[in-house]
Amino acid sequence: MVEKMPILEFSKVALSFGDTEVLKEIDLVLESGKFYTLLGPSGSGKSTILKLISGQLQADAGKIFFEGQVINDVPAEKRRVNTVFQNYSLFPNMNVFDNVAFGPRLKKMSEKDIQDKVKEMLGLVKLSGFERREISELSGGQQQRVAIARALANDPEVLLLDEPLSALDYKLRKELQQELRNIQKRLGITFVFVTHDQEEALAMSDWIFVMHDGLIQQNGTPEDIYDEPINHFVADFIGETNIVPGIMKHDYLVHFVGKDFENVDAGMRPNERVEVVLRPEDLDLTDPANGKLVVTIQDQLFRGDYYEITAVDDDMNTWQVQATNPATVGARVGLTFDPEDIHIMRYNESEAAFDARLESYEDEEAEAALQAAKDDQSQSGGQG
Amino acid sequence: MALSFKKQKQGFTSAYMGIYGLWLLAFVVLPLLLLLVESLQDQNHHFTLANYQAFFTSGSYLAMTFNSIWYAFLITVITLVFAYPTAYFLTTLKNKQFWLLLVILPTWINLLLKTYAFIGLLGQGGLVNSTLTAVGLHPMQLLFTDWSFLLVAAYVELPFMILPIFNALSDIDPLLTAASRDLGANSWQTLKKVIWPLSMPGVKAGIQAVFIPSLSLFMITRLIGGNRVITLGTAIEEHFLVTQNWAFGSTIGVILIVAMVITMLLTQDKQKGGRS
Repeated sequence: MVEKMPILEFSKVALSFGDTEVLKEIDLVLESGKFYTLLGPSGSGKSTILKLISGQLQADAGKIFFEGQVINDVPAEKRRVNTVFQNYSLFPNMNVFDNVAFGPRLKKMSEKDIQDKVKEMLGLVKLSGFERREISELSGGQQQRVAIARALANDPEVLLLDEPLSALDYKLRKELQQELRNIQKRLGITFVFVTHDQEEALAMSDWIFVMHDGLIQQNGTPEDIYDEPINHFVADFIGETNIVPGIMKHDYLVHFVGKDFENVDAGMRPNERVEVVLRPEDLDLTDPANGKLVVTIQDQLFRGDYYEITAVDDDMNTWQVQATNPATVGARVGLTFDPEDIHIMRYNESEAAFDARLESYEDEEAEAALQAAKDDQSQSGGQG
Repeated sequence: MALSFKKQKQGFTSAYMGIYGLWLLAFVVLPLLLLLVESLQDQNHHFTLANYQAFFTSGSYLAMTFNSIWYAFLITVITLVFAYPTAYFLTTLKNKQFWLLLVILPTWINLLLKTYAFIGLLGQGGLVNSTLTAVGLHPMQLLFTDWSFLLVAAYVELPFMILPIFNALSDIDPLLTAASRDLGANSWQTLKKVIWPLSMPGVKAGIQAVFIPSLSLFMITRLIGGNRVITLGTAIEEHFLVTQNWAFGSTIGVILIVAMVITMLLTQDKQKGGRS
């Protein structure tokens, strides 16, 4: 693997406000040109990371690197990063043009270049022709577009976005998500996006850091994090989910709700206590005779593109199911799922241990598959 | 909180307005009318414009008017120069309300007392001169000079300049400063391009609060300025209390009020109600 110089790196960065540890020894590495998301509930420390990158806050401990150089003591105005603030923070005493031209003017660009830059940036955020508008005349969505244009007009290496869409309505948010993603791809710069909305994070990001309690709980691609959450918090925070306690009897066999199930996880101690995750969309309704589990339908909500069904099994575990067809409340039905749908989480497993374990048995599987293929080949060869 | 306060306020609005209207009528509108009527009369209570004619043709009164405006202008500039950095510094402090209270505290003390305190400090045997003597320098004439007048007047008016500027600065979203820094502005550029323009309403309010009263100062001109500085305020006092020429005193009063209204109009906040 070719090691590319990371654009940003945190090494054991910690920060406290009084007695509150906001960040506890954070390590993270960001590569150039990717769309990163810091995802977590409020108070998880995600905005703090952003402020440490921008220079609004100073770390108590640890080092922050920008293109390999320590930047802990570099003041905010000298850092090649710009921020899009949550409440836009546009200068109310200036019109749209002057807001966007704020950075270029400080750089002493020629008036002609400034004109061109502002025009280009407003074009990028689809606000061409809005130059002379006052900020107070703009809608929330337009103000956010100006804020994005203003930050990008400084040609940052890294653009920081602090929950920029949280104040907008659903439709506008969707639209701007798409646009931000397009802008990022077009400019090819690094975006660090902070949000508490898991759907937004999954839709936009190349890479997600899930934050909780001042720690990065897990980082990975949206698929990794959704399909293989490391712990209860991540599984619960990323989407609707069913989590039940279980026992991993041995590799590829798990016991929960009184039954044994085949699965695809391995690398744990025999009979280890674990948590079992089943996503609602992986559960299918069938007749009770064919079900791996038998449940009673308790409640049903129509969500437009699917039905959200709540069911209870005989041990009083609640199961969330997403189905395309409606069910009958009170009916007993079977639930089926495939061995791959079962995801196992160990208690207190670190991210490094989790990754190592996944890799070890995935390698084994790959080898086994390779061996099987070879056997297959030699067999067919023998026949031929 | 703002909402409940608003609701509560609405309940009392009509009662308030009644009382306030009466108050305005009795203590603002009527006296002003009396002043106007008085200024348009001669000694025998006949209508005349002679008082105004006398004022505008008299070199000494016009000089006095100029003096009033000039000194009020100087006092305003001096207070602004000291008040803005002070107010800015106050907003950065942790217990800013406490420190603001200390700044406002002197306004609770009677003006005459403060003035006499300065006589004690600046007089021939005062603290300043005795210190000068003690370190081997010659005592100086401090009291009854233009400088002492400006010093004391500026000292008295300073809190009225600090308070509105402090409020305007406190209202500025701190994230705007962060945004300015983020976009590459240093502290000075941030102050110049963001903080100062956004604090203009407070500066204008401060100018009104200092310039207008400074036009008609008379106690300080007499006690500290030793009547060397003669302003319209001094003249009004003379006409009402010494020469008993109420008509002419009223005329000067009306002219001062007009000057104040002009100041108000010039420093009015011209922003349309578009600010959020």
